[in-house]
Amino acid sequence: MIPAPFAYARPTTVDEALQAIADGGEDVKILAGGQSLIPVMRLRLAAPETVVDLTRVTELRGVREEGDTLVIGAMTTHHDVITDPLIAQHAPLIAEATETVADRQVRRRGTFGGALAHADPAGDLPAVALALDAEFVIAGPNGRRTVGAADFFVDYLTTALEDGELLVEIRVPKLSGTWGVRYEKFNRVAQAWSIVAVAAAVRRENGHIAEARIGLTNMGPTPLRARATEAALAGADATPEAIAAAARSAGEGTSPSSDLNGQADYRAHLVQVLTRRAVSAAAGL
Amino acid sequence: MTVTEDAATLAPAKEVGQPRRRKEDARLITGRTTWTDNMVLNGMLHLAVVRSPVAHARITGVDVSAAQQAPNVVAVLTGRDLAAEQGSIPCAWPVTADMVNPGHPSIAVDQVNHVGEAVAIVVGRTKAAATDAVELVDIDYELLPPVLDMETAVQDGADLVHDELESNTSYHFVFDAGEAGTGVDTEQAFADAEVVVSRRLVQQRLIPAFMEPRSVVVQPQGDNFTMWSATQIPHVLRVMLAMVTGVPEHKLRIIAPDVGGGFGGKLQVNPEEVLALLVARRLGKPVKWTETRSESLMAAHHGRGQVQFIDIASDRQGNVKGLRVRLLADMGAYLRLITPGVPALGAFMFPGIYKFPAYRFECDGVFTNKVPTDAYRGAGRPEATFAIERIMDELAVELDMDPLELRRKNWIGAEEFPFTTVAGLEYDSGDYEQATQKALDLLGYDELRAEQKRRRESNDPVQLGIGFSTFTEMCGLAPSRVLGSLSYGAGGWESASIRMLPTGKVEVVTGSTPHGQGHETAWSQLVADQLGVPFEDVEVLHGDTAVSPRGMDTYGSRSLVVGGTAVVKAAEKVVAKARKVAAHLLEASEDDLEFADGKFSVRGTPGAAVGIQEIALAVFAAHNYPEDVEPSIDAEATFDPVNFSFPHGTHLCAMEVDTDTGMVKIRKYACVDDVGTVVNPLIVEGQIHGGLAQGIAQALYEEAVYDADGNLTTGSFVDYLVPSAADLPHFDTANTVHVAPGNPIGAKGVGEAGCIASTPAVVNAALDAVRHLGVSDILMPLTPERVWRAIHEGGDGGARAAAGTNAYGGAQTESTAGVSTPQSSLGGDR
Repeated sequence: MIPAPFAYARPTTVDEALQAIADGGEDVKILAGGQSLIPVMRLRLAAPETVVDLTRVTELRGVREEGDTLVIGAMTTHHDVITDPLIAQHAPLIAEATETVADRQVRRRGTFGGALAHADPAGDLPAVALALDAEFVIAGPNGRRTVGAADFFVDYLTTALEDGELLVEIRVPKLSGTWGVRYEKFNRVAQAWSIVAVAAAVRRENGHIAEARIGLTNMGPTPLRARATEAALAGADATPEAIAAAARSAGEGTSPSSDLNGQADYRAHLVQVLTRRAVSAAAGL
Repeated sequence: MTVTEDAATLAPAKEVGQPRRRKEDARLITGRTTWTDNMVLNGMLHLAVVRSPVAHARITGVDVSAAQQAPNVVAVLTGRDLAAEQGSIPCAWPVTADMVNPGHPSIAVDQVNHVGEAVAIVVGRTKAAATDAVELVDIDYELLPPVLDMETAVQDGADLVHDELESNTSYHFVFDAGEAGTGVDTEQAFADAEVVVSRRLVQQRLIPAFMEPRSVVVQPQGDNFTMWSATQIPHVLRVMLAMVTGVPEHKLRIIAPDVGGGFGGKLQVNPEEVLALLVARRLGKPVKWTETRSESLMAAHHGRGQVQFIDIASDRQGNVKGLRVRLLADMGAYLRLITPGVPALGAFMFPGIYKFPAYRFECDGVFTNKVPTDAYRGAGRPEATFAIERIMDELAVELDMDPLELRRKNWIGAEEFPFTTVAGLEYDSGDYEQATQKALDLLGYDELRAEQKRRRESNDPVQLGIGFSTFTEMCGLAPSRVLGSLSYGAGGWESASIRMLPTGKVEVVTGSTPHGQGHETAWSQLVADQLGVPFEDVEVLHGDTAVSPRGMDTYGSRSLVVGGTAVVKAAEKVVAKARKVAAHLLEASEDDLEFADGKFSVRGTPGAAVGIQEIALAVFAAHNYPEDVEPSIDAEATFDPVNFSFPHGTHLCAMEVDTDTGMVKIRKYACVDDVGTVVNPLIVEGQIHGGLAQGIAQALYEEAVYDADGNLTTGSFVDYLVPSAADLPHFDTANTVHVAPGNPIGAKGVGEAGCIASTPAVVNAALDAVRHLGVSDILMPLTPERVWRAIHEGGDGGARAAAGTNAYGGAQTESTAGVSTPQSSLGGDR
């Protein structure tokens, strides 16, 4: 469990970090909380030439408001996300999902941006970011660009981040109106990754569901939206029957994997049950 | 001696029975102690093992030149380099006279037979240098078909694991009660039976997953060698290593410093221990090897691995008439220390607590291209207990009887002890009805049954079930003569000695080497009572063959029963020796002395007394002692039990099953165990809790899964699921106490009880919840997917997909260092 040799840089600003990445050679990995990268390096599944450690880049930490948008620094730890009052107020779905991530020790070190940039399909936060239409601010040698969540997650462990770039912050639109949220996670032991999970945010108006946003964890190589269910729920009665009917289409367009925890058909079944439960809870039923 | 009430209240409280906090815990929990991997010796070299990435292949080429030239690499050794001196890993238990043992090289020479088998060793000046160079060793393999499935492996014409052998069967072991004279003819019993129920049950492979990885350090000094190893069995290891390597036994010292758990997994003579000794001898330098967790999961021995064909016969009223067991037991690729003996040890426990008139047991030991199996907490007895407790439930269903009523009808009555079973064992003591009644009360049985009925009637998506396990086990391993009759290669005695130091402090030397059980505390309690000295005045020494020269170590719930008894016997000798000195010092007759609370006093002469701790100083000075004795009150004792001990208990599990998802959740777990005299209730409860966690884990979480090529899919803790406290329910535990007649402590052993009893209770509970939906079996572990499939598609839940989870960048693919997949190369943690 010893990583292969690597060069190491520990910048203190975003500009220094970008320079370190540029100088790092062919294969640079960026170390945020290290909760996935370090184990993978110790297993020698990854053997980067250079590791750029963002731990001391303080400008990447913290949560702030910009009008109707919540801005979360990429290096904000899971623990800080869970305890942040702005997130509790404007994006409780993020806090609820983050509380299910691994264990207390991991949440102290792991970061919001690290988890999103790692884009593990079984990770909990990508589906939440997708459901909330988050935007990703990426810094590179030629300045900054912003990518929507739908375009950020490209494939298995692959994002829109190019070589030389760095995820600096995540912009999450505040939910306005009366929203209920629920992260319904299904796993076998407390610390495990999701077998399937469903992130739901539901806005209710006059006994109806006005709008539902549903993100799916581990139903394909990337996080997915349950678009068919969202469409079926828009304007539907907030009743168990209507929600159950809408949830039946939650697996449409997904391509879940088969592994030790479940074969694809079982995941396709699970996503319907979990969507029903998540939406029901978010709708206050 | 008559004790008045006043005297009783004035006397110090007895230590035995006190919930003493463990004296070893502070250092064990904080890690501020010596673990083998903490050892740093001058000039020490580090070993890294190159392991086979394939399950079955001929080695056609080995190129170590690049590795040899890597920085800070001292040597690279292959199987060929060590072939002449490595011998074979010993197998101490040839269960039949014609058992086939192909031999077990510590490092492969011409052929590899399981993924993870050692093929080369890199010796580096640092651990990092050795690890880096592993990737530079180039080995060519000519693949052979892997033999993975036991039921296929025993067919005629099957591919062979060892092509020099005639078949994949190592042995065929039979116990037939009719032939042994302990029962009637089994075939006849089945022919005459009104009801026969047959089932095929599967005991999946498990991985011990001890907390501290295996680790070994060897220091050569002149022609002597000292080995530190994270082992359960320093004494057994010393004998075996001497025989394997030719290093004379008296030139070899083994030290097990504090050891972080074993669960049977460190009851082994490991290939890496042999290799470390060979390399240290060859290079004349101290060496260290510590495994990675991946190596541990892949190359340390596994447990369980049985296919069980069970037939039970009864009459319509539920009186059992016969039991027939046929096993296929997975040996893996080789036979290690007691690989073949594990299922044979279980042979005697299949009848459980029931009065079967007829019993026949047959077992085939089968070779496969997987890492060898061997001891795993319970070793043979959990497999047997699972089978009997599951088949009793199946019989109850067949007879439309309450499963508890069926058990009551057939179990041994409290008045019938000692009871000789159909397997020929003499059960010592107990009361199954009493334990069961107490467990039912603890669980709140009637209310839960009522709730189960309500949920069924309302067709609730969450169904409730209650599972029973009324079990016994054979513990206190073991009477040496019985082991001899079973062809085991050693005895089952235990040794202890007591040294009375001049200041009155006491050193207790035990041959039962602990690896986390709390021997230091329990032994101190025993000695405090026996010698009447303060608990704090006792120190327990163990685990070093130079300090504790004789021992059989710790496994099989034997330490207190056998090792503790040796301590008590040694203490009795100390008192007897001290009595002579006391009589001399008090100028009294030995017959007039009373010994109580650490003091000898002269009966009828108030004030004439001398303490045993004072006597220790007196014999140290040796100015004044009887002429006919030696100036020492130290003593040693060896205890060899006459019979096993038989803890028993009733475990009840109430299980919720979410029929929408297949998720199972233990609602309540209650158990009442009879482990005889309880020396320390805290330790006993801790052992029960840990055992329950492990047994529940077999039922619900753990399984070593190999893919079709023989790769271990569950190669990390991402895929080999070990539950934590967060995943387990509150346990309601209690005891009944029927003292064991076979030892002076009255203890029966507790190390394995929870692990043996819980697995069938959990599975029976899940089945009870969904049996009305047409489910009659679900394979372990009861993954949500399996439970869901069994409910909605019928069958037993079926095989799991063999792919590891995609989480973690596909970490399960690391079967050897340096292997990466296209997916993993994308991994990163930005």
